[in-house]
Amino acid sequence: MKKYPYIPHTEEDIEEMLKYIGVKSIEDLFAEVPVTITSDLKIPESQDEFSVKRHLEKLASENISLKDLSVFMGAGVYLRYIPSVVHHIAMKPEFLTAYTPYQAEVSQGTLQALFEYQTMICELTGMEVANSSMYDGGSATAEAVLMGLRISKGRKVLVSKAVHPEYRITTKTYVKAQGFEIIEVDFDKETGETSLDDLKSKLDEEIAVVVIQYPNFFGIVEDLEKLRNEIPENVVFVVVAEPVSLALLEPPGKFGVDIVVGEGQSLGLYPSFGGPGLGFFATLEKHVRKMPGRIIGETKDVEGKRGYVMILQTREQHIRRAKATSNICSNHAHSALTTAVYMSVMGKEGLKEVAYRSMNTAHYLLKKLEEIGFERRFKGPFFNEFVFKVGENYEKKWREMVKKKILGPLPLARFYKELSDCALACTTEVTSSEDIEKLLEAIR
Amino acid sequence: MKKYTKTHEWIELSDGTGTVGITNYAQERLGDVVYVELPDVGKKVKKGETVLTIESVKAASDVYSPVDGEVVEVNETLNDNPGLINEDPEGKGWIFKIKVENPSQLDELLSEEEYKKFCEEEGK
Repeated sequence: MKKYPYIPHTEEDIEEMLKYIGVKSIEDLFAEVPVTITSDLKIPESQDEFSVKRHLEKLASENISLKDLSVFMGAGVYLRYIPSVVHHIAMKPEFLTAYTPYQAEVSQGTLQALFEYQTMICELTGMEVANSSMYDGGSATAEAVLMGLRISKGRKVLVSKAVHPEYRITTKTYVKAQGFEIIEVDFDKETGETSLDDLKSKLDEEIAVVVIQYPNFFGIVEDLEKLRNEIPENVVFVVVAEPVSLALLEPPGKFGVDIVVGEGQSLGLYPSFGGPGLGFFATLEKHVRKMPGRIIGETKDVEGKRGYVMILQTREQHIRRAKATSNICSNHAHSALTTAVYMSVMGKEGLKEVAYRSMNTAHYLLKKLEEIGFERRFKGPFFNEFVFKVGENYEKKWREMVKKKILGPLPLARFYKELSDCALACTTEVTSSEDIEKLLEAIR
Repeated sequence: MKKYTKTHEWIELSDGTGTVGITNYAQERLGDVVYVELPDVGKKVKKGETVLTIESVKAASDVYSPVDGEVVEVNETLNDNPGLINEDPEGKGWIFKIKVENPSQLDELLSEEEYKKFCEEEGK
């Protein structure tokens, strides 16, 4: 056996352990595990740094970067412009290397940044309290449903089919094992909004939570007021929101919503490979003890100076162990910090402009598509995404467009059988008129 | 006459209904109580099951039912003044009332004297 100096077991140690367990060799110890991969990986002999770097650069050049593409795909992850100052501030070593700030006296910078993040999320959503982040939009939705089930009695959850399909799957995975039931509410075939009639017919005494997305997966701005009126007071109303849209839309908090969650990627995080993102989570003060995750609070120290600490920690796993409200700990705190920097750099007006541009461009794109014979699928009002008819076999065309450096509108066949002839188009503030010309040329 | 549990609850029976709280010994160990998550009236519990959670500056701790029964009343004043549990744990700081299913279960609990002894042992 080869010796690895960084593995602190001597051969004598290993011998002794094997003897104690009663097996002859390490191979014997793992005999139960079926062998599917042998160690023969055909890796070439070692090379010098220069050669390895040159080789890797050659491999990397075969990747297609979003920078090289005209992007018309959103569906939860959005390509936006991130001012370079955001990266520089967020990557400061004091922020980047800070771990869970249990020891408040040495973590004031991180704690203050997270406190400000919570404040901004409250302002955007119109809610009273926010935690300092979850993993992503999907897990935040699932945690909101679990929180709703802690608040309200009943064992059934109504989730609109116009909620992101992947968020619905994540939620099912979280909830199923705990013995709760998820029932889907259909969308109106004409407007693309959640069907009020279907919602009404499925509301019964066992329903504890209702989940709606705003704007929904089809880009349509749901009428939260109408929905709230149909949902009984004791049922927890969860809204999954897109944060940039909230710079323009009425915040969900205005409509008597109990919990607002969503994906925070579009607030200054790179799309990367679809992650790491950021789940934001906001609620009302009366529900705060049922909320998962960490909360940062502002207080005064013994000298009366302003300071920040983690609060309501008694609900959490490092104190409550198995009975904790959630197991969210370090989570995506650095992502949360980055979005706080982005939001403060953009400011209220900046964020509004981003939202306006994203929306106006989408409406312009729809007009252009209609001019060349395409038709929108739904009538409801939309923000920066819309569904339109592309005919069957669009998936093939979509793949071909990538070769022309276009990431075209998302084919919906993989998510909705009934929309197999449709695609979901998206624009943001980075979509240019050249991008649109390129798409119109290729999609005909 | 009050009876005590080894998990530091007390119960006092009157007309088939038991008033339940946590003991002075328990509140001293918890420190300042900041929140009491009261149970719903009508909740049915078995002896030894968690009825509610008390949150202090140190920890969130479960309170267990001393007997089988149904919660018939909760001390709403604890919502605004959870510190009552520190000030008067075995009086004004009572937490809930329970309709006792089987009064003979109280015989299995500790008397005041036995409980005192138990705490002394535990404190050693």
